[in-house]
Amino acid sequence: MTKNLILAATAAIATLSAMPAFADATTRAKAIETIKRDFEPRGQADLDRLAEDGLQAICNRTNNDPKGDIVKVLEADQIAGIQYPADGKLMGDWKKGERLAQSGRGFTWSDKPGLPVGGNCYNCHQISPKEQAFGTVGPSLYQYGKQRGNTPEMQKYTYNKIFNSKSYNVCSDMPRFGHVGALKPDQIKDLVALLLDPESLVNK
Amino acid sequence: MKQLRIIGAVCTAVTLASAGMASAQSDGVDHAKADAEFAKFRAEMEDSNPAELFELKGEELWKAKRGPRNVSLAESCDLGLGVGKLAGAYVQNPRYYADAGKVMDVERRIVWCMTEKQGFQFADIAKQPFSKGNYTPEITSLVTFVAGHSRNMKFAIPMNDPKVREAWEIGKEITAYRAGPYDFSCNTCHGSDGKRIRMQNLPNLGKQEGAYKGVFGWPGYRMTGGVMLTSQWRMNDCFRQQRFPSPKYASDTVTYLLTYMTGTSNGLIYKGPGIKR
Repeated sequence: MTKNLILAATAAIATLSAMPAFADATTRAKAIETIKRDFEPRGQADLDRLAEDGLQAICNRTNNDPKGDIVKVLEADQIAGIQYPADGKLMGDWKKGERLAQSGRGFTWSDKPGLPVGGNCYNCHQISPKEQAFGTVGPSLYQYGKQRGNTPEMQKYTYNKIFNSKSYNVCSDMPRFGHVGALKPDQIKDLVALLLDPESLVNK
Repeated sequence: MKQLRIIGAVCTAVTLASAGMASAQSDGVDHAKADAEFAKFRAEMEDSNPAELFELKGEELWKAKRGPRNVSLAESCDLGLGVGKLAGAYVQNPRYYADAGKVMDVERRIVWCMTEKQGFQFADIAKQPFSKGNYTPEITSLVTFVAGHSRNMKFAIPMNDPKVREAWEIGKEITAYRAGPYDFSCNTCHGSDGKRIRMQNLPNLGKQEGAYKGVFGWPGYRMTGGVMLTSQWRMNDCFRQQRFPSPKYASDTVTYLLTYMTGTSNGLIYKGPGIKR
């Protein structure tokens, strides 16, 4: 009898503690429904931008922290879509990379479609010591190459990270610049050089 | 005369400000110093707050009989505290309006009054709802006028109302929603402490202090650009930077975000209508 009561109480507590999660899913569904109803296309920003892709949907439903094998599958999926420069080289011109890193242009409704899109790098990262107006949403990349070297493996990791940041951290805050076509392989090469070339100011 | 003095002060400040801003971002501007300079001008201008010009214009619009039905907002518009009651209305919105069946922020509610009471067409108001260049929409002046009657009062959003609570909860979920070409949600930039985009500090909306930073000074007069802008505009421009399409004017999405941020700020003191860099 006592045992049954305890079991019932345990079950009740389990139900109660499950409720906030259930409520969250309901609220989330309402939030998505509201968003889908409330926007209009403007400039280059069409309504299809409101739809989640598979990865966004999973990040949105796990508070950006999915667990288990699904993470490996998703990351492998992102890596599989990476395209490399035609000449196979992953380090380009670091000075071109610096100019690209400075530009925050692109993809807003007020940007003209078709213009070259910026790397947006300084919006979020410290990079060259000459640029003091850097953001802090992402980690500092100052001396990135000096600390890591520029082995082929490091070049590939860095290239992949910029092409598709979700390759190594499935719900990373960083955009997938190559994956969404914002940056071309040759531009990403220049950004890799900015970070890894020993001549780059980043590594002085 | 007072107006002339204000305009003079504003012109000087804007000229100096834009001289500082023009070369910003990429070429050695000391942004910390620029921020300090902006703060100095803001402090100096508090005595002759340019928002007051828009409050005066808004007062005329509030009291005048207008629209196809030739009624004034003063005699027809209830901002939640009774028809025509202004003191404290701004800091007690968003709130639920049974006559509209919606939670509304002040700007949306005034638009509702303009269409439902005065007979204006929503499409005409929504065509260019935000200030641009020399153009200031009537609705912006009206919101500034109403907000001026809550200056230095505590935010007191009626969070005990289940409809308001639900709007708050949905607003919170909207801040977490990632989509678009850059996978951004509001929280990508506004979800943790001490972050910046370039030199721009980003309040953490998940905390009271951060949510408050997002709402305490709007509507605001922007020194760069010289325009008066509302919270509705602020939310709209966030979605632009998020690379989203544009939220429809006076939509639930924006109201829910404002409910989330303002409700979280309850108990803290509203400082607008103010001056923004």
